[in-house]
Amino acid sequence: MESTARRKERLDRGIKVRTSGIYSVSSLREIAYLVVPRAVLILGLLILPLVLPNRYWQRVICRTGVIALLALGFDFLADYVGIISLGGALFIGVGGYVAGVSNAWLGLPPALTIPIATLVGAVICTLLLLPCLPLRGIYFAIITLMYPLVLHRIIEALHIFGGTEGISGLATFPNIWVDQYLVIVVILVALFGLRRLVNEDIGLVLHGIKDNDQAVRASGMNITWYKARAVFITAAIGCFAGAYLTHLYGLVGISMFSLDFSILPIAAFVVGGPGTLVGPVLGAFILTPLTEVLREIGTLRIVVYCLVLVAFIVFKPEGLMKYFQRKYHQFERWIKV
Amino acid sequence: MSTLIYGIVNSLIFLLIAVGFTLVYGVSRLPNFAHGALYILTGFMTWVFLNTLGLPYALSIVLSIIITALVGAVIYRFIFIRVRGMEASEIIASFAIGLAIMEGLRRGFAGQFAIPEFIDEMVVIFGVPIHMQRLIIIGVALVVVAFLWIFTHYTKIGLALRAIAQHERAAMMLGIDSDLTAIVSLALGSAVAGVAAVAILPLGLITVDTGYNVLTYAIAVSIVGGLGSWTGAVIGAFVLGFGQILTARFIGPQWQMVVVFGAIIVVLLVRPSGLFGKQKELEERV
Amino acid sequence: MSKETILRVREVSKSFGGVKAVDNVSFDLAKGEILGIIGPNGSGKTTLINLITGFVKKDSGEVFFKDRNISKLPPHRIADLGVTRTFQIMRPYYTLPAFKNLIVPLYSPRARRGAGGGLGDRDAVAIDLLEEVGFERDAHVPYKLASTLPLGYLKRLELSRCLALKPEVVIGDEVFSGLSMAEIASMVRLMEKLQMRGITLIMVEHRLRELFMLANRVMVMNFGKKIAEGVPGEVMGSKEVREAYLGTEEG
Repeated sequence: MESTARRKERLDRGIKVRTSGIYSVSSLREIAYLVVPRAVLILGLLILPLVLPNRYWQRVICRTGVIALLALGFDFLADYVGIISLGGALFIGVGGYVAGVSNAWLGLPPALTIPIATLVGAVICTLLLLPCLPLRGIYFAIITLMYPLVLHRIIEALHIFGGTEGISGLATFPNIWVDQYLVIVVILVALFGLRRLVNEDIGLVLHGIKDNDQAVRASGMNITWYKARAVFITAAIGCFAGAYLTHLYGLVGISMFSLDFSILPIAAFVVGGPGTLVGPVLGAFILTPLTEVLREIGTLRIVVYCLVLVAFIVFKPEGLMKYFQRKYHQFERWIKV
Repeated sequence: MSTLIYGIVNSLIFLLIAVGFTLVYGVSRLPNFAHGALYILTGFMTWVFLNTLGLPYALSIVLSIIITALVGAVIYRFIFIRVRGMEASEIIASFAIGLAIMEGLRRGFAGQFAIPEFIDEMVVIFGVPIHMQRLIIIGVALVVVAFLWIFTHYTKIGLALRAIAQHERAAMMLGIDSDLTAIVSLALGSAVAGVAAVAILPLGLITVDTGYNVLTYAIAVSIVGGLGSWTGAVIGAFVLGFGQILTARFIGPQWQMVVVFGAIIVVLLVRPSGLFGKQKELEERV
Repeated sequence: MSKETILRVREVSKSFGGVKAVDNVSFDLAKGEILGIIGPNGSGKTTLINLITGFVKKDSGEVFFKDRNISKLPPHRIADLGVTRTFQIMRPYYTLPAFKNLIVPLYSPRARRGAGGGLGDRDAVAIDLLEEVGFERDAHVPYKLASTLPLGYLKRLELSRCLALKPEVVIGDEVFSGLSMAEIASMVRLMEKLQMRGITLIMVEHRLRELFMLANRVMVMNFGKKIAEGVPGEVMGSKEVREAYLGTEEG
């Protein structure tokens, strides 16, 4: 009796194979195959502010940018170094407060406070997280989760940095175009920068730390130091986002430590495609406008993105980006077994 | 003297809160970040049964504990089971579900809610006035600990739980189903969270933020005592319980949470495996 | 082969729970020699390696490398000093070509110091290294994906991971296990080559026949204790050793 069982087979498309290595410049078609997705991404992001209907949505893009940066940082840390950070809020809060304080008390303009907040904030965050770096991932996750909650309470209890009301009346950006393009440009720079980084040799080291840290240790390298540097990069990205947010609205308060900033990037990461760097950015651009639409239902929107997150983790852990990549690079067909 | 008594009560509160979390982690190695959500859920459900449905108090309590236990088991069966083994996804998934539950409750229950104390009286012990409810908490804590001890030492299921906790592979080779024990442990852990909730919540209001605090406390106790160790949970609970009371008395009440958190950091710096931790804190896999 | 002692292990012990995995073991390693460590399964050989190289904390005892006390150093510092080891369970980057697997060790401070501070072209150095351990360059073996390589090559890849660090001591954890006769033969030649280059070797093995062809001295462990030490012939003649091995030896 003949069995008519079939299975799906996935093969790389011809053009994908033809574009590996030096052959990628052999003809316009191959070049286009490689360049078009990236061009679409870059141009798409750059054109976005110009095609939006009104100011409201342009504001949404700004917030989306913040989440996208956090999601990018999270993806880098989680899939390229193997560290799970549940504390996007920590980076936003620290970066935001450093920027706010430098602006309010030291009178520095945003052009200075933002770089300062990025670097100093990253140093502070890395130092705060240093004790957990040698430990197992779960401890790091716990600590990054707790820090925002506790810093929130310390500021509240001690009434420092403006206490519960926060500091307002800070400098803002000159116009709506700077608002949007600043964050978009930084996203592109961070995205391509990180992609470059993980393809370099040091990216292999970080990957080794994720997969087989004993072997990396046995090769004479201090894992904690490498992890610290990776955390520093992610923290810098997050602190920039926080500083940007401060000067976007002209105020900083304990709402910067809200769980929103911890959970939404993770949702974007899961939906968009873990491990692809681009995916989480995409996920952020999908989810954040969605949450704006859901704004009427108030805090229920957290419920919505949590449920979406869980749904994706359970049913489609590869995320959207990997799905698209698969469709682009490979074709499927049923074959007889 | 009053410090001593309130210290004991506070420590046992910490213990009740933490035991459910430690149980789940000890048996199935699952960090159940939805622990706080389950705690609060029980409280709200009791309120609903009591006030909206008009059921007797005792029945409300029992029903909501059972439902919470079922919720815990369902969470395992449909969510955890898919991400078992990938620690990152476990944390994210349980945290997300916990958040979903807690924020959903926040939306559904706006305003002030409370459940009544079991016996609304003040009593004087050793010259210290104290609410009867607090003494009840002591009783409940001792009963829960005793029950768990007997359960895990003398019943078949309980022994299976301990077997999986000590050495999962070996237990599985003996025919113990790891998924089934995980479901049981999660149901049990959730039920204990529920018991803790109904015993402790009468002392104050039922708020969603309490849920977040409970999660923090449970994690703090587990880290200080050592993740997965039951003796550690007891000692950790007492350390934090007394620590908190002493801080409130001598330094200032607003530092209470900070002390708990500070303890986590200090322990991670000095002795990451906690006081009685069985696990290697470094990533040693040789 | 000089008589200078390069590694001294003194009364090292480690217990896991109630079980004494390593019980008061001491030995000296002379520079340039090949020391074999043998013993039945569970005698504590791998734990001993972990203790020496810092991957597991000792309960007691000390280890000296060239008169320097390395007992409390973390594993990456010990590797950095030149004491390297292989792992029994290897996890190379399966999706990458073989030579890419060496990029990480070549990135280490020690490898960079050896290259005179310059980063150089790591890819080329990696390919050279692989050729030295027997990956035939002409057949493009170094470029093959690690997932397509047979076990013999993977073991040599693991060894070359150590060699990338220009080590002084290499501790091999069962490099012969799982290999075919032909693969073992070429592995033996490789170890001889390494010894001629001045590298001191400790080889933990089960396959006694090949080990005895290579080892200058042999140490026998059982239940965590050292029960014999000396030249292969006389060690195998000891009654205790024979008793420990009843039924374990496979040809």
